[in-house]
Amino acid sequence: MSIQDKVIEIIAEQAVLEPSDVTLESTLEDLGIDSLGLVESIFAIEEAFDISVPFNANEPSASDFDISSVASIISGIQSLVSEQA
Amino acid sequence: MKRVVITGAGTVNALGHNVDQTLEAMREGRCGIGPLDLRDVERLAVQIGAQVQDFESEKLFNRQQIALFDRFTQFALVAAREAIGQSGLEFHGDLAAKSGVVFGNSGGGMQTLDENYRTVYEDGKNRVHPFVVPKLMNNAAASHVSMEFNLKGPSFTVASACASSNHAMAQAFQMVQSGMSPVMITGGAESMLCFGGVKAWEGLRVMSKDACRPFSANRNGMVQGEGAGAFVFEELEHAKARGADVLAEIVGFAMSSDAADIVMPSKQGAARAISGALENARLNREDVGYINAHGTGTAANDKTECSAVADVFGPHADALMMSSTKSMHGHLIGGTGAVELLACIMAVRDGIVAPTIGYEEADPECAIDVVPNEARDANVEVALSNAFAFGGLNAVLALRRF
Repeated sequence: MSIQDKVIEIIAEQAVLEPSDVTLESTLEDLGIDSLGLVESIFAIEEAFDISVPFNANEPSASDFDISSVASIISGIQSLVSEQA
Repeated sequence: MKRVVITGAGTVNALGHNVDQTLEAMREGRCGIGPLDLRDVERLAVQIGAQVQDFESEKLFNRQQIALFDRFTQFALVAAREAIGQSGLEFHGDLAAKSGVVFGNSGGGMQTLDENYRTVYEDGKNRVHPFVVPKLMNNAAASHVSMEFNLKGPSFTVASACASSNHAMAQAFQMVQSGMSPVMITGGAESMLCFGGVKAWEGLRVMSKDACRPFSANRNGMVQGEGAGAFVFEELEHAKARGADVLAEIVGFAMSSDAADIVMPSKQGAARAISGALENARLNREDVGYINAHGTGTAANDKTECSAVADVFGPHADALMMSSTKSMHGHLIGGTGAVELLACIMAVRDGIVAPTIGYEEADPECAIDVVPNEARDANVEVALSNAFAFGGLNAVLALRRF
């Protein structure tokens, strides 16, 4: 499974949606994922890819990790995974 | 001062998943204690407990709720759903704004602590699930009850070890009695039957390895249980105005502190709480027909408790009944007083006194009618519920037939 598909699967599960309902343009707000859902998604992503996502809920915009859309999250994960490789 | 009545009751414990099943088990003198089913049980010296059987979380909560609710919170919600359902209350507007939840609990989310300590210490992982804190905090149960039922008034958790539920219910009683809240949801919940929870208790060497036999000369310790009890405490006129069924009236309470020893009970502290409850409820000693004992089945508690009762009641101590239902549902620690209040309700409402099971041998130091082994029909007007905690914190409630 590609990184994109895996991330979409995790986000879809959190939003209680089918993966096909999650588009790259969707925002977490569109998908009904609240702040607790966001940290749970990040935890699941960290577990799935064995990476550490630099995200602080107090200042979501302060880190390099962009959560403004599904596409930006996927691209952030891709670079974290490649940095690790 | 307002009068305070109970208009709903709910529970889940080793004897049943609701009040009817629990009271039936108490009437039949059934024992909920058995072999513990938990991870690493073979490393425990104490391998028995009163676990809640066949608790199907998946049918009671959705996936997101299960991720967020420790077992003690799940128990609290199940009990609160039953109690509030029975009361018929819905919370909107002013009623919602003034009504709250005071719940007893001692250990917090022990299952969550146990699992996550394993993750970081035993498995060496450096990352834990983000819900660890909201699951383990000991106000989680009270908070989730407030959220599920829109209770926007005063809500908090009371922790006084084995007296937590009685302190919580005494607090809720005062809030309704004073006119501060028309309705309070109260009771307690606990779930300590995990490896770390039982191992910690083992250290004190007060646990029985075979059975809980309160007041019996051959008693050899307490047995832990788990579960929750919940009640709707309602101002009498409020209950009457909506034609609610009343289970019993709470007529008084007292609290006292031994100020003596962190684990050894004090006869004087217990006696002051019992006599204080009579005074607070304006009862005569002779009015009391039944006492639900703290009755842990330890050598120290049971003789101290009997001695305190003898001191307070004098000759009437020979006429009243005192049983320990912990012999059946185990010691629910912070939730225990809530489940035990059900036995008091059964005594005053149904005229049936729950027994002390496992009673085998008379102890001259516990010379009181402990209703050995079989439930009894009796005309009980007033019942007391005793709770005497580690730390010397005591709380006694008084119930009257309505």
